[in-house]
Amino acid sequence: MDQRKCECGHTNPVGTLLCESCGKPLEVDLTDKAAFPDMRYEGMARRSQTYTTTIVDRIWNTFSSVKVAIWIIVVILVASGVGTIFPQQQYIPVPVPTELDVERFYTDTYGVLGTIFYQLGFHNMYSSWWFVLLLVLLGASLIICSLDRVIPLYKALSKPRLNQHKSFLKGQKLYAEAKQPEDRSAEEILAQSAEALKKKGYYLFQTDRALLAEKGRFSRWGPYVNHIGLILFLIGVLMRSLPGFHLDEYVWVREGETVPIPETPYYVKNLSFKVEYYSEDEMVEKLDLKGGAIAKNYQTDAILYLNRNADTPGAKPDLVEVQSGPIIVNHPMKHEDIYLYQSGYQEMKLGALNFTLIDLKNGDKEVGAIKLDLYNPSEEMQVAEGMKVRILDYFPDFAMGKDGKPITQTNLPKNPMFALEIIDERDAINEKLVYLQGSILTQKDNPRYGLKIEMPDLVDISGLNVRTDKALPLIFFGSFVFMVGVSMGFFWQHRRIWVQLQEGNVLIAGHTNKNWFGLRKEVQGMVEQTNLSVTLEDKTKA
Amino acid sequence: MQLYQISDLLLDIAFFLYVLSSVVFIVAMTGKNWAGRDPKQHEMRFGRIAYWMAVVGFVAQTGYVITRWVAGGHSPTSNMFEFMAFFDYCIILAYLIIYRIYKMTVIGAFVLPLGVIMLAYSYVFPKEITPLIPSLQSYWLHIHVTTAALGEGILAVGFAAGLMYLILTIPQKVATKSTRWLEVVLAVVLMLVGFILMESTFARMDQRTVFELTEQVTTPTGQVAPAKVEYTMPAIVAPANAKLIQEGPMSPWFTAPEWMEGKDAARKLNTMIWSVLSGLVLYGVLRLIFRKRLAAAIQPSLEGIDPELVDEISYRAISIGYPVFTLGALIFAMIWAHEAWGRFWGWDPKEVWALIVWLFYSAYLHLRLSRGWIGAKSAWMSVIGFVIILITLVVVNLVIAGLHSYAGV
Ligand code: HEM
Repeated sequence: MDQRKCECGHTNPVGTLLCESCGKPLEVDLTDKAAFPDMRYEGMARRSQTYTTTIVDRIWNTFSSVKVAIWIIVVILVASGVGTIFPQQQYIPVPVPTELDVERFYTDTYGVLGTIFYQLGFHNMYSSWWFVLLLVLLGASLIICSLDRVIPLYKALSKPRLNQHKSFLKGQKLYAEAKQPEDRSAEEILAQSAEALKKKGYYLFQTDRALLAEKGRFSRWGPYVNHIGLILFLIGVLMRSLPGFHLDEYVWVREGETVPIPETPYYVKNLSFKVEYYSEDEMVEKLDLKGGAIAKNYQTDAILYLNRNADTPGAKPDLVEVQSGPIIVNHPMKHEDIYLYQSGYQEMKLGALNFTLIDLKNGDKEVGAIKLDLYNPSEEMQVAEGMKVRILDYFPDFAMGKDGKPITQTNLPKNPMFALEIIDERDAINEKLVYLQGSILTQKDNPRYGLKIEMPDLVDISGLNVRTDKALPLIFFGSFVFMVGVSMGFFWQHRRIWVQLQEGNVLIAGHTNKNWFGLRKEVQGMVEQTNLSVTLEDKTKA
Repeated sequence: MQLYQISDLLLDIAFFLYVLSSVVFIVAMTGKNWAGRDPKQHEMRFGRIAYWMAVVGFVAQTGYVITRWVAGGHSPTSNMFEFMAFFDYCIILAYLIIYRIYKMTVIGAFVLPLGVIMLAYSYVFPKEITPLIPSLQSYWLHIHVTTAALGEGILAVGFAAGLMYLILTIPQKVATKSTRWLEVVLAVVLMLVGFILMESTFARMDQRTVFELTEQVTTPTGQVAPAKVEYTMPAIVAPANAKLIQEGPMSPWFTAPEWMEGKDAARKLNTMIWSVLSGLVLYGVLRLIFRKRLAAAIQPSLEGIDPELVDEISYRAISIGYPVFTLGALIFAMIWAHEAWGRFWGWDPKEVWALIVWLFYSAYLHLRLSRGWIGAKSAWMSVIGFVIILITLVVVNLVIAGLHSYAGV
């Protein structure tokens, strides 16, 4: 390693700005105060300033540069803003089942700009490869810049240099110089200064001619702690894309129904769902709601089951209850790391169709009741002694297909169509009929049996969002560490005050990384208490 | 008198006191060169009076916050009116804290008018106490919104000091890029004032213009009817494909472009045009009165103030506001989002803009600490930062709808 020799005789590593021994600035024209070396690491050499030749060095140096870091931050900032010009795909207010519908939505709604937005992939910006890459670059930069600086900082902080060169003191923003008062010795002046500063909470380092008072040194670690927090946070965010760390499922559950939760061994049962509205006397002021109402509560009373046979393929589910209770907006049900959120509902939807079977040839005598469950119809039902009804065909959401055959558009019973067979075993009668949109079509012109339509069963369907996020503890821990670091760095400041006696003069200098106002006040206080006739110079105002 | 009426009254008192305090602050600043006065003493005396008015106003507003909280049963942060009023409360609080540290009264000459504008702006929104809808029923509402507002309030003081720094230091002898941009900033502030003036005057005059759109909507009572748009301000711009069904004070000059979506898009555009126009008129009138750039007119009253101290105050406010903002607007927000929606982050526009504010101030801190951006550069950034905060609070709520947007104007 190339070494550099200071006039005091000490040899410093390359990249050092202030001599490690006497503190004299190296390679700086001292008449030019603006060029005084950055005090942050007391001029200690950093790797990025020492090695600059190989590719690894260059990459290292790029990522350890704050300038580059700021560019990365600004690019992320601008990209994020651009992504909010139009809604992201996940927030499109209308259903867009196919990619074509997505494209059409942007074009139709926002015109040419919308098309461009879509073509550039900005409708899924935040999960695009380049946006994730930017976050990875930010993480890399955070790690490298911290490593680059942590050792110099450690050195700078652990070796507080007492006997700084005069040019070093003069280079400080806060500097004052005065003749040593004749009535006091150097020891006395230093002791008085030390006394004053000690009261302000400074740690003191002393020789017979020099004093260094320091406080808030730990706050210098603040940025490193907050960067570590950010790194943990980013690792947490990236971990979520690993398999198993993140689960996001949505289940619709009717009242009374039990459904499996996909990708998990769990089942959930909806005991009941309710919506409540505020009554008038719950309002503080009379409001004009234009006939509407304000919702007060959405709640599903649910039971969560574990399927003990989940690991055996093909086995019948063996459910044990693991948790029960209400699921309310803002108050999810939690079991281990699975959370169930109240996140949607459909009220008063068709649940089952009800009919009465009547004997048309027998004075419309009622034979029995038929219930057709729209979600889980049983194939055959016993209506009365020797009377059965069989379901031949069921289309929950009936429509005519292009080829003239009936189809179902969705799995939801929005427009149910049933083809039924009525079997009278005693009289050996077999009749077919069809239910569609509130009417009954019979096969025969003059049938024996008919159906009277009764009130259907209406059910509430609850939409539950099921989530797991195993990276969450790390993400929140990272945030916590970030806050600790930022607080360390911002609510405390690192301050150093030097008092030295050189050639019959008292030299006072101060340095802080922030809050010069506070430092100046403390130095001023010290000067007053020790009765030194110095005026603090204000460099920047010259 | 009901509790909520007391609370309204207290807010009016606070508003009145803030206006008074602003006026006295301005007198403290401008009056020191009046004949026969000792400038230092004049500034001290009036500065102190103004400061105490602000304190009393703050106490009244504290009373408002408490009584409204008790009356409504939840923190007054659940709609746009409450939020803006609370934001204003935080700005004043931040000013009082910064005053305690630096004992510099004249910062108030910038912060208090800002507070008045924000409070006046809140009055534009519906004021009724509404019960909380299920998605807001969480104690995180109180924790998250109040902390975020406090952070933003402190950053706003950073902006006020930054603006003061620019007016104080930018040389006004010749026109430069800096003087021009500074006038733009002041004109934008006047546009906000213009908006508030227009909105409150026209709301009182009650001359509405109503349009009927071709679009059909379902009314709360369940009927389907054509959507209607009501303008309080006279219509300069009409919605596309709309029929005028109630004439206002003037007939529209043109229709909004068709790509402007949403039934209120044209009304918002109309409001914006009025704000810009009235702001420009105000600006023009002031320029005519002073016969120089506004910043040049203000500059002499700031004479004798140490720019370095102002710079430091701006930086200090930002470095206190930044952690508070991070905690409130990002971390608490993520915790709440996790409890309410099951995802701590969803790239909703409001969330993205909070992130943008945070990234921007992170860049500010790095530029300042590591690249030596102090003084004017840093002051400009504090101004831009506040503009981004306003975009987050106002534009995102009113223009870009998302999960977070409060209903209202
Ligand atoms: C979004 C990402 C980042 C955030 C939120 C962040 C935050 C911070 C904060 C709050 C400080 C303290 C500033 C002050 O005390 O005034 C700081 C300091 C610093 N940051 Fe970052 N930072 C980020 C990314 C980076 C990156 C990528 C680099 C890499 C070059 C970097 C390099 C530094 C340096 C060198 C310091 C000064 C450290 C010292 O004083 O010893 N930061 N950062």
